[in-house]
Amino acid sequence: MSSTEEAVEARLGPVDRIPLGEGRAFLVGDEPVAVFRPRSGGLHALRAICPHRGGPLADGLVGRDTADGEVVMCPLHNHQFSLVDGSCATGADDVAAYTATEEDGELVVRLG
Amino acid sequence: MTQTAERPETEQESSSKSRLVVVGNGMSGARALEEILARGGADTFAIEVFGDEPYGNYNRILLSEVLANAAGRAVDDEDADGEDELYLNPLDWYDENGITLHAGVRIVRIDRHAKVVYGDDGSVTPYDTLVLATGSRSFFPPMEGMWATKTELTPGVFGFRSLDDATSMLAHIREHRTAVVIGGGLLGLEAAAGLQAHGVAVHVVHPTEVLMNQQLEAEASKVLRSKLEDMGMHLHLGVKTNEILTEDGRVSGVRFTDGSDLACDMVVVTAGIRPNIGLAMVSGLETQRAIVVDDKLRSVDDDSIFVVGECAQHRGEVYGVVGPLWEQAAVLADVVTGANPDAEYHGSRLATKLKVAGVDVAQMGVKVPERSSDEFVQFSETGRGVYQTVVIRDGTLIGATLVGDVSKVAALTQAFDSRSALPEERIKLLFDLGSAGDAASAADLPADTQICHCNGVSKGDLVACVHDGAESVSACMAATRAGKGCGSCKGLVKEVVEAALGGAGVEDPADSYYVPGIPLDKPTLMAEIRSRGLKSVSSVFAELAPDGKDHVGSKMGLTALLRMMWPDDHVDERDGRFINDRVHANIQRDGTFSVVPRMSGGVTSPDQLRRIADVADKHEIPMVKLTGGQRIDLLGVPKEKLQEVWADLDMPSGWAYGKSFRTVKTCVGTDFCRFGLGDSTRLGIDLEERYKGVEGPAKMKLAVSGCPRNCAESMVKDVGLVAIEGDRWQIYVGGAAGATIRKGDILATVDSHDEALRITGRFLQYYRENANWLERTYDFVPRMGLDHLIGVVVDDVEGIADELDARMQETVDRYADPWATDQTDATPGQFHDALPLVPLPQVPIRTSSSRDGVSS
Ligand SMILES: Cc1cc2nc3c(=O)[nH]c(=O)nc-3n(C[C@H](O)[C@H](O)[C@H](O)COP(=O)(O)OP(=O)(O)OC[C@H]3O[C@@H](n4cnc5c(N)ncnc54)[C@H](O)[C@@H]3O)c2cc1C
Ligand code: HEM
Ligand code: SF4
Ligand code: FES
Repeated sequence: MSSTEEAVEARLGPVDRIPLGEGRAFLVGDEPVAVFRPRSGGLHALRAICPHRGGPLADGLVGRDTADGEVVMCPLHNHQFSLVDGSCATGADDVAAYTATEEDGELVVRLG
Repeated sequence: MTQTAERPETEQESSSKSRLVVVGNGMSGARALEEILARGGADTFAIEVFGDEPYGNYNRILLSEVLANAAGRAVDDEDADGEDELYLNPLDWYDENGITLHAGVRIVRIDRHAKVVYGDDGSVTPYDTLVLATGSRSFFPPMEGMWATKTELTPGVFGFRSLDDATSMLAHIREHRTAVVIGGGLLGLEAAAGLQAHGVAVHVVHPTEVLMNQQLEAEASKVLRSKLEDMGMHLHLGVKTNEILTEDGRVSGVRFTDGSDLACDMVVVTAGIRPNIGLAMVSGLETQRAIVVDDKLRSVDDDSIFVVGECAQHRGEVYGVVGPLWEQAAVLADVVTGANPDAEYHGSRLATKLKVAGVDVAQMGVKVPERSSDEFVQFSETGRGVYQTVVIRDGTLIGATLVGDVSKVAALTQAFDSRSALPEERIKLLFDLGSAGDAASAADLPADTQICHCNGVSKGDLVACVHDGAESVSACMAATRAGKGCGSCKGLVKEVVEAALGGAGVEDPADSYYVPGIPLDKPTLMAEIRSRGLKSVSSVFAELAPDGKDHVGSKMGLTALLRMMWPDDHVDERDGRFINDRVHANIQRDGTFSVVPRMSGGVTSPDQLRRIADVADKHEIPMVKLTGGQRIDLLGVPKEKLQEVWADLDMPSGWAYGKSFRTVKTCVGTDFCRFGLGDSTRLGIDLEERYKGVEGPAKMKLAVSGCPRNCAESMVKDVGLVAIEGDRWQIYVGGAAGATIRKGDILATVDSHDEALRITGRFLQYYRENANWLERTYDFVPRMGLDHLIGVVVDDVEGIADELDARMQETVDRYADPWATDQTDATPGQFHDALPLVPLPQVPIRTSSSRDGVSS
């Protein structure tokens, strides 16, 4: 793990640590981060803790909401959060969104 | 006063907008804002709102539900969907509409000359137009022991008005068991029912013999009374409370005027409400019972001050339900925005439809005949707890009271509102009207008939919504908020919208979809899946969903369907499963899981108990609890320990987490019980061994009782069996005793143990194949109709019994214990903790001796 002035970055091993369509939680610096790998492709990272009542977002179902946005649905009370920017359209607060990319088959997450 | 110096330069002031300030962020204040915005008010006004309560605007009506439900909200309970509707306008809403909300700030004075309001945080805010919507507060009759200090109630005494009231009561009852409710009106009975739902012993004290005397006359009240007593509520009628007794500064009892005492550790005061008019009084506005307004809802003293809601007194009337407030808010908005400067409010006719402590009550107009020429039609069926009256004057309906059965309320409300002609035979008002098909009558209702009394939505509003392109009942409900208050009008909303969508009888297709993301009903969906050979959730989405979109809320339902349809060869995509089904345990509020091993029929052994005890010790299980289904629950197990716990238990999964066959609860039956007529324990064990883990559209809970004393509560189970004289078993289906209570219907009476097993399995298979996702049997059975089910499942009129049995057998044959199969990870990181940093468990740990902390 390396850190720079503003951005904390972590290399988290092979992308297939995350099964297709699911999410897994990691620590990046001090931050718990949930990384998702939707079936439609790409990687997304959100703060791992649901802003509603602290639910584990990495355990949520991933898919489209009614407006076609890619979302994760918290397993506790079904609030939905956009994988792209963490926004919540179901009435809870938004959750912080981070950057997740694949570099040489490896999963890289950046905060900030 | 140097007025200009006192007026701080605000952002708004620099713009050219006029300043609108609203004091009170309750139901009517926020509703007035919505009406103002709907009339383009955001362009004319810079809006600031002050609310004493530190929240957005919530639905006060639902506080009764909040109080009653908080205990029943198991996280895995699909019925628990009320909370999301509590907030009408969450904090975001204010942001999105450019409204500045000062939540938690109380306005203490209005300077009407300077046109500023003073907040208790020291703020000074100028206005051009001021709206007062300060509502009411609980009234606490003067009584010894009520107050600890001038401003603080004695610990253990509560009002019932705000979210904080409800949550502090919920906190209090974790450690207190007996409550006295002072005042048997609507609020008091709601509070009583709510507390009783938590197992608190409740005494209601009411000064007259007539409960809810505001709404009901004596006879109607009696019916309600016996229903409440049946529920186990203690009623003390015609009695007054004199004093609240305290011990060490906390409530210890109450003393009545006759000198007798009643011990309790909690008192809820629901002796009426008083409008919040102090602010208006100190600011020099005319107040009587409330703030006096004219027909434009303006204070009679000040043209720039408007008043709405329970704090307004209009033509001598002060209203205490939301219907009139909505009408006021609309008029206010018309006048304030200039959308219709001539709009006037002329008062409201009150028609109330409520559920009081689970009993349906509807009341409109007068309660009893007032003149000798008034006609009075009365119907009472005490056995069923039904009481209905109508009062007719000069051929028009001027009042109606319905208790216990309110099925005719739509037709009566229509007759009451429109003063339309009544049938010659008056009794038809209670029996025939509307029964010719409510759809027809919904289509016939005049456009201005109010359908949703909570949110003031008329039939015309709903029809307009359909004309504007809404295609489903839920779309109309979302757009108009009809049905989103107390929810009692949902049926009528559905009828009206369906009538508008396509005439009587046309179904709203979206409502029949098996899952929302795929526009097909269940039979069509299954036929498509079968003909195309779709065996994975992703392939179903790809072929059948619009644009192939994988709708998140549909994944679980499809996973369950495919697992049922292809017991041997569905493609197991783990991301289509809910977390519970990925790790075979039930997720808890802190992200840990509960582990329930199978104990068929609720029968265990010393050896099992010893092993469970060892596991609990070894893994420091925070709580070991007996469940309602006669199992042992190990709560608070972190995900990464699940496999180890299973291995150490060396017992099979009890399936306490799935939309699946859960448990068979049994009584001891012939083995030991001196009343036993059938071997209920044996049948329960055999049922569970056979159908364990069978997945379906929702959970299936069963019970077997050895005689009609019914100790295993068979009548309120998805399938419940009862042994009767002559070696026979009655099979009840569609019962429930959770968020919904329903007594099961008798599907069949069978002669043998084997037949009981077979019919149960066939019913379950038919349910699996035909019920919608998350449709419990208590909805499924009435939807299909008992006669139809008996025809198919028992009499085999469709000739499919053998196929049903064969498909169930196939499912039974391929059963594999998930705890054994997933001892090695099925996916990478399957059992990795999902909240790495948070110390587990977050829920305070409760040992058997201390009870602090854990909610529900
Ligand atoms: C438990 C319960 C169940 C109910 N059930 C029903 C029902 O089934 N059907 C029905 O029609 N009605 C029902 N009601 C009544 C209904 O909730 C009220 O009629 C409605 O809320 C009144 O709205 P309001 O805006 O006038 O007052 P409120 O909703 O009370 O709002 C007033 C707000 O103003 C705030 N406020 C007061 N003074 C100040 C100040 N000086 N500065 C800043 N803020 C201030 C208060 O804190 C409050 O938030 C129920 C009420 C309760 C408590
Ligand atoms: C989909 C929407 C929602 C669902 C299904 C839901 C469900 C639940 C459930 C099951 C609980 C009890 C769980 C527990 O004890 O931890 C709960 C508690 C709570 N929820 Fe929600 N909720 C929803 C939305 C909201 C919203 C939008 C808010 C507030 C903005 C909210 C505020 C609360 C509060 C304050 C509690 C704690 C109550 C208490 O026990 O003291 N909920 N919710
Ligand atoms: S588990 Fe028990 S306490 Fe918890 S919600 Fe269910 S019934 Fe209530
Ligand atoms: S904790 Fe995530 S929705 Fe409630």
